[in-house]
Amino acid sequence: MSILINKNTRVITQGITGKTGMFHTKMCKEYAFGADCFVAGVTPKKGGQAYEGIPIYDSVKEAKAQTGATVSVIYVPPPFAAAAIDEAVEAEIDLVICITEGIPVRDMIRTRYKMQGSKTRLIGPNCPGLITPDEIKIGIMPGHIHKKGPIGVVSRSGTLTYEAVGQLRELGLGQSSCVGIGGDPVNGMKHIDVLKLFNDDPETEAVIMVGEIGGSDEEQCARWIKDHMKKPVIGFIAGVTAPPGKRMGHAGAIISGGKGTAQEKLAVMEECGIKVTKNPAEMGKLLKSVL
Amino acid sequence: MKIHEYQAKEILRKYGVPTPRGIPCFSVEEAIAAGKTLGGNVAVVKAQIHAGGRGKGGGVKVAKSPAELETYARQIFGMQLVTHQTGPEGQKVRRLLIEEGADIKKELYVGMVVDRGTQRVALMASSEGGMDIEEVAAHTPEKIHTVFIDPVKGLQDSEADDVAAKIGVPANLVPQARTLLQGLYRAFDETDASLAEINPMVITGDGRVVALDAKMNFDSNALYRHPDIVALRDLDEEDPNEIEASKFDLSYISLDGNIGCLVNGAGLAMATMDIVKLYGGNPANFLDVGGGATTEKVTEAFKLMLKNPNLRAILVNIFGGIMKCDVIAAGVVAAAHEVKLSVPLVVRLEGTNVELGKKILADSGLPIISAVNMADAAAKVVAAARG
Repeated sequence: MSILINKNTRVITQGITGKTGMFHTKMCKEYAFGADCFVAGVTPKKGGQAYEGIPIYDSVKEAKAQTGATVSVIYVPPPFAAAAIDEAVEAEIDLVICITEGIPVRDMIRTRYKMQGSKTRLIGPNCPGLITPDEIKIGIMPGHIHKKGPIGVVSRSGTLTYEAVGQLRELGLGQSSCVGIGGDPVNGMKHIDVLKLFNDDPETEAVIMVGEIGGSDEEQCARWIKDHMKKPVIGFIAGVTAPPGKRMGHAGAIISGGKGTAQEKLAVMEECGIKVTKNPAEMGKLLKSVL
Repeated sequence: MKIHEYQAKEILRKYGVPTPRGIPCFSVEEAIAAGKTLGGNVAVVKAQIHAGGRGKGGGVKVAKSPAELETYARQIFGMQLVTHQTGPEGQKVRRLLIEEGADIKKELYVGMVVDRGTQRVALMASSEGGMDIEEVAAHTPEKIHTVFIDPVKGLQDSEADDVAAKIGVPANLVPQARTLLQGLYRAFDETDASLAEINPMVITGDGRVVALDAKMNFDSNALYRHPDIVALRDLDEEDPNEIEASKFDLSYISLDGNIGCLVNGAGLAMATMDIVKLYGGNPANFLDVGGGATTEKVTEAFKLMLKNPNLRAILVNIFGGIMKCDVIAAGVVAAAHEVKLSVPLVVRLEGTNVELGKKILADSGLPIISAVNMADAAAKVVAAARG
């Protein structure tokens, strides 16, 4: 078991003919069962062509009808990426993973508004994607650092997720699934949504939750964990030293009006019974201590 | 991206938001002339810098005669204005806004930001004008009224009227407040703003609702479709190092420590600063080289860090995913040769092609201190910075 995706998942790549789309599609196809999983690409006006043996269609609707794919991953450039999400939602794709970084917030507000009442789940934008080790990788993370196992990982940051996975590997701990939910302020799935899935996944035994400054998603998730989570969760929040009012790389990583500080998040998480560390080098060690 | 008050008011006026008559000035002479153009005896001299808290810092003065106006303009123009947002060194005043005086009966607050929870634009309003909204939120949160605006319908008449009444706009002036609030929302939405604030919004003695101050910030992801707003950028108000970094697509923020940090990825970059601090050091900067760093980018990143006279050591922390460790190692070596490295350099590499990367560093003959993990890297760079 795993969450959201496994070797039987069938994936459409939106923006498959762009430089980023081509590169990562090739890498994902080479990972584990990727050759079976990546069944269609979409680029308007390029229907009928193929890339790496993957047929390209003009629209998500057509790609879905022809291949039965239920998941899409988006590498479309920022000015057109929100419309690409809208298209996938209209085609009733189950899970949309938007890798694109730099989508205007206003576009995401409208896209999320249109998604109200839809059955489609969105991960991202501005995220590394997700991976179920030894089965399928959808996104830009390095596949080879992962291995199959009982630990769930959820994070707003790409390389910090790799760091957590690398520490787990050093300790001999594999992962059930690793989900990067992205660094944008208006996005799809939050920590809490992913934690709910890990809670229900029999293969996941414990979870590393990596957050960062800005917003209050980690706090909300912590309160849910306190009341519902049956498995141990450990946490780290990046940005203890970040100055207020400055955007720390991610559009969502900004402390505004004294809200969204790392200290505040860590305090709420601890109150809710989550073991936290202020040392990013000790995420793996702390996780091992709660097993 | 931030803009000046006078620029924000120019935008808001296009959306029907009433503001006092005012003239932006780039010299004391222009300010004196502006006072004559505006006429009347009372004028306000307002320092134009991007930081808030200008009034408390002595950057806003009410002049009751042309002579006073000249005195204040001479005082404020060119001063190093220190506010709680500028840091102790302050910000040099290079522009003034000369505005007609207002007969203020009541000061109110209205502002808009994107609310992450509801994923909508939130209108916040309060009867406590002139105060920091953060302070009101901390002490009297019941005085803040919030509306989450429907992105398709916009701010409805009934919502605007209701908020206006709640913050104490007299019934006969509610239609004016509605016009202002709806104009503010349309401006926010159409310009891709990330923040718009009118503090204070005032009720005048002659029964008008006016935006006495204005502040707007914009979503940098959306600037590509707003060349008119990009044209308002004032480079004098930004950190020269951050401007330089943005030319090379590096995400860089100056801090006050002495350990330079070069990292790939925003989250890992923040975590690297945190661990440096945890081990007793002080980061000199936040620097995310992104996923596709080239030798050129790494070299520019080194140059930027080395401009800092306080710099005592550099920590390179890379978890290579798409970015391969051998590429970053080659970049570090090339950069170290080109910039004449004057401080100790600690490098931690992990991920794709890590062995190849480590070999390149070892073979380079450079005095690089290599670290096996983040904790080791932090301990070594803190020790190196202490000398």
